[in-house]
Amino acid sequence: MHHTVEVDNLTYSYPDGHQALADVTLHIGPDEKVALVGPNGAGKSTLMLHLNGLLDTQQGSICVGGLPVEEANLGQIRAWVGLVFQNADDQLFNPKVFDDVAFGPLHMGIPDNEVRKRSMEALAAVGMEGYADRISHHLSLGEKKRIAIATVLSMDPKILLFDEPTAGLDPRARRSLINLLRDMQRTMLVATHDMRFVKEIFPRTVVLDEGRIVADGPTDKIMNDEVLLEKHGLEKW
Amino acid sequence: MHFHIVDAYQETDSLLHRTDARVKVMLAFVMILLIALTPMGAFGAYVGFFAIAMAGVVVARVDPLTVLKRSLVALPFAGAAVSLIFTMPGPSLGTVPLLGWSLSAAGVIRFASIVFKSFISVQFAVLMMLTTHFADVLWALSALHVPRVLVVIFSFMYRYLFVLADEALRLTRARDSRSAAIGGSPAAGRSIVFRAQTTGRMIGNLFLRSFDRSERVYQAMAARGYRGEIRQLDTPPLVLRDVAVGIIALLLGLGLTVASMLFR
Repeated sequence: MHHTVEVDNLTYSYPDGHQALADVTLHIGPDEKVALVGPNGAGKSTLMLHLNGLLDTQQGSICVGGLPVEEANLGQIRAWVGLVFQNADDQLFNPKVFDDVAFGPLHMGIPDNEVRKRSMEALAAVGMEGYADRISHHLSLGEKKRIAIATVLSMDPKILLFDEPTAGLDPRARRSLINLLRDMQRTMLVATHDMRFVKEIFPRTVVLDEGRIVADGPTDKIMNDEVLLEKHGLEKW
Repeated sequence: MHFHIVDAYQETDSLLHRTDARVKVMLAFVMILLIALTPMGAFGAYVGFFAIAMAGVVVARVDPLTVLKRSLVALPFAGAAVSLIFTMPGPSLGTVPLLGWSLSAAGVIRFASIVFKSFISVQFAVLMMLTTHFADVLWALSALHVPRVLVVIFSFMYRYLFVLADEALRLTRARDSRSAAIGGSPAAGRSIVFRAQTTGRMIGNLFLRSFDRSERVYQAMAARGYRGEIRQLDTPPLVLRDVAVGIIALLLGLGLTVASMLFR
């Protein structure tokens, strides 16, 4: 199996008729780290939800790890693709931290002792070993974001998708999150507005606006194209 | 910015805190059942149950006043039985001045029994909640085969009660910060109808936000492999100490109920 993402000519409209994605084609290679940037409402989150099979493909095709994203493959695809949502309060739906981290592996049908081991390892990987018995409501935003990442790491995904991971974090929490993502060897697609973060970690950047990919190339090149950035509501850092 | 709903759980280390949550949940339930089965007017047995609850408070090293105060919540409900005093047939203790209602001796005993019984029953529930974390209570309920759907609903309620309360707090603050009034203006604060409309819209807004959130939470569950069945890790066996605590408390309660039935 190869940890790739292949999206071809994907078009999607919401039930109210609003077109969120228009003819999107995007290929990501194994262990490649790609930033997805664009203004609010550009379709970034909609694209992410497709890669996990949470939205049905209306037109075009999506393959993840070589498997087409369709009902029969959803179990396997969701085990390969870890999606970290923007709002950690949506991702952490159990009262206790440990139960949230164990939720993914438990539903993958892994034996109980292996679930416990993986969950503790995932918490350790994000530096939250001592938090297993804590109550999610009592945590800070930075802690919640780290634990939200642990909830997918425990599933040992090959591909990680992040929606606005640095939004709302204070500088220290942001910095430690950036270091965490930099050291992770995984195929990664990260939607963000944080251009400094993009420049630091991602060799490749994709610009999405009004549901279309308007630029896809080396981050340095895109960052220096001020006309392009301004046209699509972005700022050079 | 958090809305602080204080958890009942009091963090201390005691025998009762360490006891397995399944034993505590079962004991609270069984004690309430035994108290309900104790006959009316068996005040000796009520004192006995009260003593068991207070012994539990001492063992758990929680504040007895907290337990007593929280138990008062039962009294308004027990108050519904107040009509028994006047309606039970049997010998009369006298009449109420002015109203002329007759006080029934059997009615007074029955009413006092109901008040005591509900007060003591709630004490056991309060003691359980003070010594067991809510997340552990949920775990115990599902280990005791309470239907999973019900336990999951409780779990979501507990998790999102705080989140929703935070959201309501933010909405209220946003309203208050713009509820300015110019001194001397007769229209300051507007009419009650206007204010009611604002509140109504806020409630609607909160409902819509909750609705959106439920969709996102569902997506987060589906993304991690949820296919309609909630799974749980296997439960560890009870240790000897847990069984001992359960049996001792159970025998005491059972003894009181049986004795009160035999010697009434």
